Amino acid sequence: MNYEIPDDCRYLDSHEWARREDGHVRLGISDFAQDELGDVVFVELPAAGDEVATDEAFGVIESIKAVSDIYAPVGGEVVAVNDALLEEPELVNDAPYGDGWLIEVDPADESAFEDLLSPADYEEQIE
Amino acid sequence: MDTRTPPLRARHAAADAEFTDFGGWDMPVVFSSISQEHAAVRDSVGLFDVSHMSQVAVDGPDAVAVTQRLVTNDVGELDPGEAIYAAVTDEDGIMLDDVVVYRLPADRKAEILVVANAGHDAEMTERWRSHAESWGLDAAVANRTDDYAMVAVQGPDSPELLAAETDVALGDLARFEVASGTVAGVDALVARTGYTGEAGFEVLCASEDAGAVWDALEARPCGLGARDTLRLEMGFLLSGEEFDPEAEPRTPYAADIGFAVALDTAFVGRDALEAVYEDGPEERLRGLTMIDRGIPRKGYEVTSPDGAPLGHVTSGTMSPTLGEGIGLAYVDTDRAGPGDVLRVVVRGEPKKARITTTPFLQG
Repeated sequence: MNYEIPDDCRYLDSHEWARREDGHVRLGISDFAQDELGDVVFVELPAAGDEVATDEAFGVIESIKAVSDIYAPVGGEVVAVNDALLEEPELVNDAPYGDGWLIEVDPADESAFEDLLSPADYEEQIE
Repeated sequence: MDTRTPPLRARHAAADAEFTDFGGWDMPVVFSSISQEHAAVRDSVGLFDVSHMSQVAVDGPDAVAVTQRLVTNDVGELDPGEAIYAAVTDEDGIMLDDVVVYRLPADRKAEILVVANAGHDAEMTERWRSHAESWGLDAAVANRTDDYAMVAVQGPDSPELLAAETDVALGDLARFEVASGTVAGVDALVARTGYTGEAGFEVLCASEDAGAVWDALEARPCGLGARDTLRLEMGFLLSGEEFDPEAEPRTPYAADIGFAVALDTAFVGRDALEAVYEDGPEERLRGLTMIDRGIPRKGYEVTSPDGAPLGHVTSGTMSPTLGEGIGLAYVDTDRAGPGDVLRVVVRGEPKKARITTTPFLQG
């Protein structure tokens, strides 16, 4: 199985990704993670204005068969939430790096991004 | 204990199935997508390998008599070619298993076939054998689980699909009837039974013939994941979840299958169950439909609106057909009934849910 691992993202070993977008950092789960979970049917996310901490659980994704915590590759104040997932949680399966993103944060510490796994290191981990 | 493999294991692996241990068997849990497999069964037809189910054959002059005394329903009323759903209970009326008892067509070697849950075959074989012996009944009991494969073909298009591959007159086969014949040219038993709530059949054949049957029935292969969501939408029990002699000791009345208890027959557990029938169970299995966003899951607490404990969830899912969270829960009989709105505690948060009459899916 070949999983998509975009070059413009950095990764956590718990299979979340982070991508810099206009001074903010967008977060989601990897292609590998969505495939492992199977059909995503429910997403629970923080609200805009909430604080999330680096490496701490900030939400929950439920597939038909499993409940999984999602960890923040980069912490900070939540500045945007992907509300489309309320009605269409399957976007996480369909486009984990695109329309299936989860939240955007204003990073509390810029260096957190640099500590994440590179695409090559992440690829090695899921092989 | 070694993991047991169904005869179709290699075919499932070639189809890229994801596997899970279920009752000691290495079974496909999903082939492509649980929701797509679920939809195939509701809308057209799906194919399941259910060879993990236990098969205990009972023969001899007292085959019916011993079975009658070990299950809750009236096996004595079955004619050859008929089947019935029943529980197996202990002296206290606690469910050890739920089974389908087939009175086999006259051409079969055994009189009775008991299809029990996965991994229960050794225990049920021993139960039949030891009770026959202690009661002085003449019955030969054989564990045939490894000799038989079982394939379920389920969904509104299943009669048409199977009809093209069998000489059994499916139109004459009523629900819970079983006939001998061929499927894909091999000897088989064809039963109009299933675990999905749809029209469907279960085909029993020799293990070595399983591939021929599987390959001939061209339908989307479905795993145990879809089998679980399909049975949940119907409110059917799953052994180990809604009942388990250790973790969830329940009577058939508590588990809401009183329809499968014939108190006018004599069986192990009957007297205890008569008392439960008269007094009513203290807790009873109920359907829950979420009102708030959320999915009930096994073990979640159920409370009243003011937080008083009322029971717990035994299994739940996001219903693929209804698009809402559904579950089964044991709930205090005196303090909550159909239509009541209560709370399911999801990750510490009380979420509103309504007690719903099962099946969740109304036909």
